[in-house]
Amino acid sequence: MPGITREEVAHLARLSRLELQAEELDHFAEQLDVIIGAVARVSEVAGQDVPPTSHPLPLSNVMRADEVRQSLTPEQALSGAPASEDQRFRVPQILGED
Amino acid sequence: MTDLIKYTAAETASAIAKGEVSAVEVAQAHLDRINAVDKKVNAFLHVDSEGALAAARKVDDKRAKGEQLSPLAGVPLALKDVFTTKGIPTTCGSKMLEGWIPPYDATLTRRLKDADVVILGKTNMDEFAMGSSTENSAYGPTGNPWDLTRIPGGSGGGSAAALAAFEAPLAIGTDTGGSIRQPGAVTGTVGVKPTYGSVSRYGLVAFSSSLDQGGPCARTVLDAALLHEAIAGHDPLDSTSIDAPVPAVVEAAKMRDIRGMRIGIVKEFAGEGYQAGVMQRFNESVELLRELGAEVVEVSCPSFTLALPAYYLIAPSECSSNLARFDAMRYGLRVGDDGTRSAEQVTALTREAGFGDEVKRRIILGTYALSSGYYDAYYGSAQKVRTLISRDFDAAFAGVDVLISPTTPTTAFPIGERADDPMAMYLADLCTIPSNLAGNAAMSLPCGLAPEDNLPVGLQIIAPAMADDRLYRVGGAVEAALNDKWGHTLLEEAPAL
Amino acid sequence: MSLVSYEEALASYDPVMGLEVHVELGTKTKMFCGCSTELGAEPNSQTCPTCLGLPGSLPVVNAVGVESAIRIGLALNCEIAEWCRFARKNYFYPDMPKNFQTSQYDEPIAFNGYLDVQLEDGEVFRVEIERAHMEEDTGKSTHIGGATGRIHGAEYSLLDYNRAGIPLIEIVTKPIEGAGHRAPEVAKAYVAELRELIKALGVSEARMDKGQMRCDVNLSLRPNGTEKFGTRSETKNVNSLRSVERAARFEIMRHATVLTDGGTIIQETRHFHEEDGSTTSGRIKDNAEDYRYFPEPDLVPVAPAREWVEELRAGLPELPRVRRARLQAEWGLNDQDMQSVLNAGAVESISETIAAGAPADQARKWWMGELARRANETGTELSEQPITPAQVARVCALVAEGKLNDKLARQVIEGVLAGEGEPDQVVEKRGLAVVSDDSALGAAVDQAIADNPDVAAKIRDGKVQAVGALVGAVMKATRGQADAAKVKDLILEKLA
Ligand SMILES: [Mg+2]
Ligand SMILES: [Zn+2]
Repeated sequence: MPGITREEVAHLARLSRLELQAEELDHFAEQLDVIIGAVARVSEVAGQDVPPTSHPLPLSNVMRADEVRQSLTPEQALSGAPASEDQRFRVPQILGED
Repeated sequence: MTDLIKYTAAETASAIAKGEVSAVEVAQAHLDRINAVDKKVNAFLHVDSEGALAAARKVDDKRAKGEQLSPLAGVPLALKDVFTTKGIPTTCGSKMLEGWIPPYDATLTRRLKDADVVILGKTNMDEFAMGSSTENSAYGPTGNPWDLTRIPGGSGGGSAAALAAFEAPLAIGTDTGGSIRQPGAVTGTVGVKPTYGSVSRYGLVAFSSSLDQGGPCARTVLDAALLHEAIAGHDPLDSTSIDAPVPAVVEAAKMRDIRGMRIGIVKEFAGEGYQAGVMQRFNESVELLRELGAEVVEVSCPSFTLALPAYYLIAPSECSSNLARFDAMRYGLRVGDDGTRSAEQVTALTREAGFGDEVKRRIILGTYALSSGYYDAYYGSAQKVRTLISRDFDAAFAGVDVLISPTTPTTAFPIGERADDPMAMYLADLCTIPSNLAGNAAMSLPCGLAPEDNLPVGLQIIAPAMADDRLYRVGGAVEAALNDKWGHTLLEEAPAL
Repeated sequence: MSLVSYEEALASYDPVMGLEVHVELGTKTKMFCGCSTELGAEPNSQTCPTCLGLPGSLPVVNAVGVESAIRIGLALNCEIAEWCRFARKNYFYPDMPKNFQTSQYDEPIAFNGYLDVQLEDGEVFRVEIERAHMEEDTGKSTHIGGATGRIHGAEYSLLDYNRAGIPLIEIVTKPIEGAGHRAPEVAKAYVAELRELIKALGVSEARMDKGQMRCDVNLSLRPNGTEKFGTRSETKNVNSLRSVERAARFEIMRHATVLTDGGTIIQETRHFHEEDGSTTSGRIKDNAEDYRYFPEPDLVPVAPAREWVEELRAGLPELPRVRRARLQAEWGLNDQDMQSVLNAGAVESISETIAAGAPADQARKWWMGELARRANETGTELSEQPITPAQVARVCALVAEGKLNDKLARQVIEGVLAGEGEPDQVVEKRGLAVVSDDSALGAAVDQAIADNPDVAAKIRDGKVQAVGALVGAVMKATRGQADAAKVKDLILEKLA
């Protein structure tokens, strides 16, 4: 398995919205390289004919009836908002899609 | 009545029910204790004196009116700060949620309130439950009451320390890779990770959804069982909640008879990296189990060696997604909103400022493991390992009723020792992780002090899914035999604070 | 930039389309929580920990959401998965509370189907369906500052999460090839047919103007006679049938212009503009986009029992195409007449009018005549005229009872459209009833005979065709409010 580079860590940080400092990038790249080196052992089973388990429980078809439950009040919904206006969450300008 | 804080939960409930003591007196005694020692221990992030006393008064009123009391009515409890509490701050040990007051109760919180348990406050933890030492809390580390310079385990170090420091007879933890059992082991207390799906996750702030499980922490096996019964059971708000009766754990805890049970020693959990004193106490426990009439055999689970790597792919992957919601838009911290920056920039600055190193490391690791091109090799393979581990368990449980191992390879290590060595830190959960991956039930209970450092050693008992009662049956018998042998409980040997 | 003409574009290039339609289900509650989906509530009043993505909250699947998805799948001739899961689609966006969308990825609930659509000339074109899957809607943002409501130049935004978590079914076609110059028409006909189907199933009102149904038009061109697909553009959230057609048409011309110029098409999302029918560039889809899909660990698999699926299949309503054929027969229309009814979007209105008691020819006459003309003039949908099928049926009944004649009926319809109330109220207020009082009518007839003795004489002599002049006189005297046939009968009776 290949290790992880500083550039890759920078890209992953962007994907996960973390504004890492330069020193952090160096430090994490080093540590993650070690961690990934250690966990890469799982790929020994990659080709094996073993079904994946994404969940420990063998449950299926858990559904609820289409019945309205009490919502929060708008005051409760907005109670933790860093900023609000007109009963809406106020957020900085959004770039990108309309 | 200064020794009110030494009462077990069962004794406290019974004394309140009989009117020997009021619930308010019990709550006050614990609040006083917290006042006296928590500056040193730092087990609590938030103490809710008013709420605790109000809940206690309610119990006293009920009793005065002759109403039937629930089995834990009036018993104080320390709640890990990862469960939401309506009107009471919930931080998950993170700056990200500093000052956040949830508008809703977790199902577990609701159940505790319905059972008239007195919630004293919220306990310290590794940030978002990521860690094995509680050093990753944004609010400072918790000390181990056996030696305040050592870690109390993690992520639920606050809950375990609160028990060991006699700040509460009961506590709640969550166990994603060992966060209930490992703190239990290193503080000389009892911790149980119930079968995945038996305690509702609704209102448990998610770290790794397919692994997280809330569970009881206590000073005795019976107390853990009483708390287990209070919090377990089906919850329609959690799709992964098991809709089946809770095993009769209280009854099992009281049996104290394991004659004829078959017990398997997990062969893989020994050898290099295991402290001599830990293995010594473990081997004595094996002898004790034989003396108590169990048949003990050695069992091999070869895939368990892949458990740690699989865990460090699955848990970070799920956490990278679960923690994406902390974006500074709807609640929690917001940094850098100066009117010129975009939402995207404010999110990135806030996450940089609000998350600690371990959380950032895991988010990046998880983002990596899920990215296209790596998914199959990492996340996909880890899920296959999960299948292999379950198969190992199935094969083992075909021959034995429960499995045993040391809970952790070593006793509590000094605060700071592994702080910047993630791989060394991860080893603390070596023996506990397989049960999270497979979803079965496991317990840690004290089995003595390691001779070389006089620190507690934990014995881990593992049972098949939905056979949680077997943990309590074995644990109850071992605990009784050890207390007989010692002439007291292990915690009585703990130094005074 | 001037575009090459549509004809020129098609002379050199062959369009390939992909249509992605999102349908908001009409369930009472959201997909993963019990919050109401009612439209028009005040901001953030229909939210809970789950749809706000609060820490600790968990989703639980809405059973009716799953049932609706299966019924849509069956109606689209899809296979229904025996076992499927939800997945998390991870990306950050402020209108998405968890910063992942709970959706389906490689395990959709329905897949491999088709929908036959009829084009305006009656030809049937088969659109293959790739998949239909379940997911959830996002919140709604309002952009403040800068140009009105536009994201660009806005100073900040306000978010309302009432819509967050409303169930969506995303229906994705396989690449639509071979439509040639009819590609825009196929796109429109497909979305129209899909909308009819959704409405017939009763799973959504599928109002495009209300955003209950939104279409993304993916389009690429390849040189005529070649196989390999060109680079596609994705025109997002097109929200009317006409716009779907225009967007496809515009993109064909735009792509052809770029390609003819020797340029390359970049893979990007584009926005459609109603005003001039053009599209403009949105976000470039680079490789950095990585949704990191993985199975949603907070939900368990959906494994619809085969008996349930068969039960749902048996309970499907008559599908629009079958129904149209039946109605055509019942209404006694030839293909051409039926097609014009379809093109006018009058099927529902006519059949509801008939269901309310009107004869088929009368119902069709009003909707295809008077009302269609008005819809055309005002550029509105026929179904959106301010008159209900029940009201049209009542007018027909008044005519049948002889209380109105054709001319008066037209005035009653006018009155209803003008908001003057129910047909009977209009009749009353405008005083439009046919003069049916026999004595009043008799007096008018007598007067007319008296006023025109020579005409009366001719009739008495057997020149019956002269009766028209007397009928005219009576109608004039009653200001048109008499039943002409009855007047004629009366005159002939009196002069017999
Ligand atoms: Mg989608
Ligand atoms: Zn909701």
